[in-house]
Amino acid sequence: MIRQPDPKPDVMARRDSIVAGLRALLPETGLIAEPLRLKPYETDGLSAYRQVPLAVALPETTEQVAAVLRFCHQNGVRVVPRGAGTSLSGGALPMEDAVVVGMMRMNQVLDINYPDRCAVVQAGVTNIGITNAVSADGFFYAPDPSSQLACMIGGNVNMNSGGAHCLKYGVTANNLLGLKIVTIDGEIIDIGGAHLDAAGYDWLGLLTGSEGMLAIVTEITVRILRSPEGARAMLAAFSSNEIAGGAVDAIISSGIIPVALEFMDRPAIHACEAFAHAGYPLDAEAMLIIEVEGSVEEQDRLLAQLSEICQKFDPISLKISQSPEESAAIWKGRKGAFGAVGRISPDYLCMDGTIPTSQLPLVLRRIQEMSDSYGLKVANIFHAGDGNLHPLIMFDANNEASFHAAEDFGADILKLCVEVGGCLTGEHGVGIEKRDLMPVQFHAHELQQQRALKSAFDPDWLLNPSKVFPLLEPEAVELPQAA
Amino acid sequence: MTTEDSIVALVQDAIRTREPLLVQGNGTKAGMLRPVQAARTVSTSGLSGINLYAPKELIISAASGTPLPVIENAMAEAGQHLIAEPPDLSDLLGASGKPQTLGGVTATNLSGPRRVAWGAMRDHVMGIRAVTGRAEVIRSGGRVLKNVTGLDLCKLFTGSHGTLGIITEITLKVLPAPEATGTLILPGLDAVVAVQALSAALGSPFGVSGAAWLPPEAVARVPGLAGINGSATLIRIEEFAPSVVYRIGRLKDQLAASNAITLDTPASLAVWKDIRDARPLAAAPEDAVWRVSTRPSSGPGVLEAVRSAGVAGFLDWGGGLAWLAGPADTATHAAVEAAARAAGGVWMLVRAPDTLRATVRVVPDEAAPLARITRGVKAAMDPAGILNPGRLYAGL
Ligand SMILES: Cc1cc2nc3c(=O)[nH]c(=O)nc-3n(C[C@H](O)[C@H](O)[C@H](O)COP(=O)(O)OP(=O)(O)OC[C@H]3O[C@@H](n4cnc5c(N)ncnc54)[C@H](O)[C@@H]3O)c2cc1C
Repeated sequence: MIRQPDPKPDVMARRDSIVAGLRALLPETGLIAEPLRLKPYETDGLSAYRQVPLAVALPETTEQVAAVLRFCHQNGVRVVPRGAGTSLSGGALPMEDAVVVGMMRMNQVLDINYPDRCAVVQAGVTNIGITNAVSADGFFYAPDPSSQLACMIGGNVNMNSGGAHCLKYGVTANNLLGLKIVTIDGEIIDIGGAHLDAAGYDWLGLLTGSEGMLAIVTEITVRILRSPEGARAMLAAFSSNEIAGGAVDAIISSGIIPVALEFMDRPAIHACEAFAHAGYPLDAEAMLIIEVEGSVEEQDRLLAQLSEICQKFDPISLKISQSPEESAAIWKGRKGAFGAVGRISPDYLCMDGTIPTSQLPLVLRRIQEMSDSYGLKVANIFHAGDGNLHPLIMFDANNEASFHAAEDFGADILKLCVEVGGCLTGEHGVGIEKRDLMPVQFHAHELQQQRALKSAFDPDWLLNPSKVFPLLEPEAVELPQAA
Repeated sequence: MTTEDSIVALVQDAIRTREPLLVQGNGTKAGMLRPVQAARTVSTSGLSGINLYAPKELIISAASGTPLPVIENAMAEAGQHLIAEPPDLSDLLGASGKPQTLGGVTATNLSGPRRVAWGAMRDHVMGIRAVTGRAEVIRSGGRVLKNVTGLDLCKLFTGSHGTLGIITEITLKVLPAPEATGTLILPGLDAVVAVQALSAALGSPFGVSGAAWLPPEAVARVPGLAGINGSATLIRIEEFAPSVVYRIGRLKDQLAASNAITLDTPASLAVWKDIRDARPLAAAPEDAVWRVSTRPSSGPGVLEAVRSAGVAGFLDWGGGLAWLAGPADTATHAAVEAAARAAGGVWMLVRAPDTLRATVRVVPDEAAPLARITRGVKAAMDPAGILNPGRLYAGL
C-alpha cells in the first residue's frame, strides 16, 4: 500500500484562484481543471494507483514552463512533471494538491546536425520520433525502450531509460549532450550543449534519472548515430535456465559483445509465441535472442562463432534468421512481451531489478519458489548481457488479496536482487513503487545525502515530492487503490 | 592513508579545526585547474588493490589509490580494456615519478580518443564509495551494469576534482579489448577539410573509435608517423581482424582517399597512445596547456582563432577536442576563453604556473542560477568547505 503526503490545506482552499492564476499564464486550452478531463492524468503505467491532480498545465514553450513553475513556487503548489505517462514505477502519479505539467505539446524536433551527430528536440518528442526524424538519412537515436512509440524523451531523460540494445549503445545517460531545464523558481538554465564533457560538475549526469525531482527538462540535445550496415538475430533454445546462463557467460568471455542479448524463460516464451508467432521453441526452458550488426559477411562470421559457442551447451535448437522479416518477427515477440503477458493475465506487475549475471540461475530458481508459495504465475524476461531482470508477476486486480500478494512477491524479488549484489531498479526508476524499499539498498545517511541534493535544487520540495525517497512526514496518508 | 576509516577520522578532524584538505591520489594531476591552499593533504594512494574483477560480468572494482597500470595490466591479462581510454598526462603535467591512480582519472573524468564513440570515464562508473565532507561514507550505484536506483552520485563524483568527497572505491564497466586495431591516415588535409572527413567517417556505419587531426608540427612529434610530411588525419577502427580490414577498406573508398596510408595493429596502438597522452602537442616547458571542447565542426575555428595569440595544438574527438599550448599569461588565456566561447564550447586550463591558474577562470563560470545550485550542492556534500577549496572555482 502506497502512502501519499497529506494535501496542503491552504493549497486545496485556494484551488480556484490557483487555477485562474495558471490559466492566465498559458494558451487558451493550456490548463485543465474540469474533473472529467483531469481523469486521463490520474495514473501512469503503474495503473494500480490513481489520484486525480488539482490541475494539469500543458505549456507550449520553455518560457511558459518557467512561468508555471514560478507561479507554483510562489504559491507553494506541488508540481508533477509528466511526459507520456508510461512510467512503470508510478513516477508520474499525481498528488491531490499537485499541478501536473504535461510536456506533450512541446513536441518539436528543433535541429538536426549530421556533421556534429546531434539533434535538439523538445521534451515531448517521442523516443521513436527522434529516430523517425533522422532515419531517412541513415541515422538513429540509440536507446530503444519497448515503450518507444509512446514514451517521450523528457521522460526517458528523467528515468534514464534503457532498451534492448543498450548492451552496446548504452542507456539514455550515455546518449545525451545537453539539456535546457527550468528550476522550480522559474530559472531557465542550459546544461552542456553540442560538445562532449562540459566543465564543472556533471549536472547532465545528475539530472538524468532524477525522476522529475530536480527540474523540468524542456529541451534535450541527443547524440544521433549512423545505423549499422545491417543487423541479424539468432535464437538459441536450451533445456534449463542454468545452461542458458552458462551460454551467456561463454559469449561474453569470447570477446563478442552482441548488440543485444535477451533471455526469456519458459512462461515468457509461451506467452510471446502465442502473441507474435515468431517461431519460438515451445519445448525449451530458456531461450536467448542474440543480435549482431555489421555487413552481411561480418554478421555471418559472428553468428557462426556464436553458434559454435552455443553448440557447447547442447542447445535444443539454434536458428539464425535468414531475412529481415525473420529478424523482425523474432523481435516482435520480445518487444511485445508485456502485451503478450497481458493477454494471458490482464493484470501484471512488471518488475525491474538488476543482478550480477552470474547469479541468474540462483535468482530464477528462487523466483520460481516464490511463485509457488505466493500462488502467482511469473514470466521472466532478462537483458542478459547487463543483468537487468524483468519478472512479470500475473495477478487478478479484482481480488485485493491477489494484488497485495503480487506486490509482496515483487518486493521479495527486488530484495533478492539486492541480496545477491544487484539493485532495486535497472531502468524503470524508483518512483512510488520502490520508494519504500530504498532502505534495503541504502543506509539512512545515504538517503539523507540524496535528499540534501534534491533540496539544493528544490528547497521547498515542490517538484515531484513523495517519489524515490521514503516519506518522512508522519502524517502521510494512504492513497486509495483502484479496482 | 591506508584505510577508509582513517580518511573519515582525518575529515572529522578537519571539520573540527576548519582546516582545508588537499585531496589527491599520487598527485600526478596537482598541476591541473586552480591551486589548492590547504593545511594538510589527504592521499588515497595507500588505498590500493583490485577488490573484484568479474570479466564475464564486465565489471571491475578497485580501491581509488590503485595505480592505473595495475588495473590495465589485470585487464589486459583477461583480454579486456578500460573503455574510456584515460590518458596518462604525467609527462605533460610534470611527472612525479609515481603512476596515476584510478581515483585520479575518475575524479578528473579524463578520457582519451575512444571517448568520441564509446563515452567518457563518467559513462562507465557503475559504482562509487566516497567519504563526504560530512565525514560520512556514502555509496552510489553498485556492481551491476544497469542501475537507476536513486540519484546518480557516481556521475556527480566523477569529474568533481575531489571537491565533493574523497572517492575510496570505484566500480567500472569494462569491455573486451579489440582483436585488432587499424588506422587510416589521410595526409595533407587542412583542418577544415580534415574535420569534414572525420565527420563523414564518424557518421559512417563502420564504428570509427578514434578521429584526430594533427598539423605538421604535431605529426613530427609522433614517432609512429615518421615519414609523413604535412598534416595527418587519422581514423581508427577497433574490431575483429577481418572487420578492421573490411572497414578500413570501405572508409578509404568512401573518402576517396587514394593517397591514404594504413597502419597495422602495433603501429596503431603506438600512435593512438601518443594521441591519448597529448604527445603531439608542442608545449614548451613554460607554456600553458588547455583542452577546449566544442561541437566537432567548430574545432578548426578554435585553432584558427587562437593562432594569432601564439597558441597552437591538434584536434581529437573528430574535431570536438582541441589540445592547445601557448604562452602562460592572462592575455593568452583570455584569447583561448574567447575562442571557446565563440564556438559555443568550454575550456579547461590543464597546466599553467600557479600564478596564472590562481587568477583566471580555469573552467567557464556558470550562469548565476546554476552557480547557486553549485554552491547548494557543495554545501550539501561538504558543508565546512574543507575539500579541495578553490580547485574548480574561486571561493568554492
Ligand atoms: C509497455 C511498456 C514498456 C516499457 N519498456 C521499457 C523499456 O524497455 N526500458 C525502459 O527503461 N523503460 C520502459 N518502460 C517504462 C517507461 O516507458 C519509461 O520509464 C519512459 O522513459 C517514461 O517516459 P514517459 O514519457 O512516459 O514519462 P512519464 O511516465 O510521463 O514520466 C516518467 C518520470 O519522468 C518525469 N518526467 C517526465 N517528463 C519530464 C520532464 N520533461 N521534465 C522533468 N521530469 C519529467 C515524471 O515526473 C516521472 O517521474 C516501459 C513502459 C511500458 C508501459
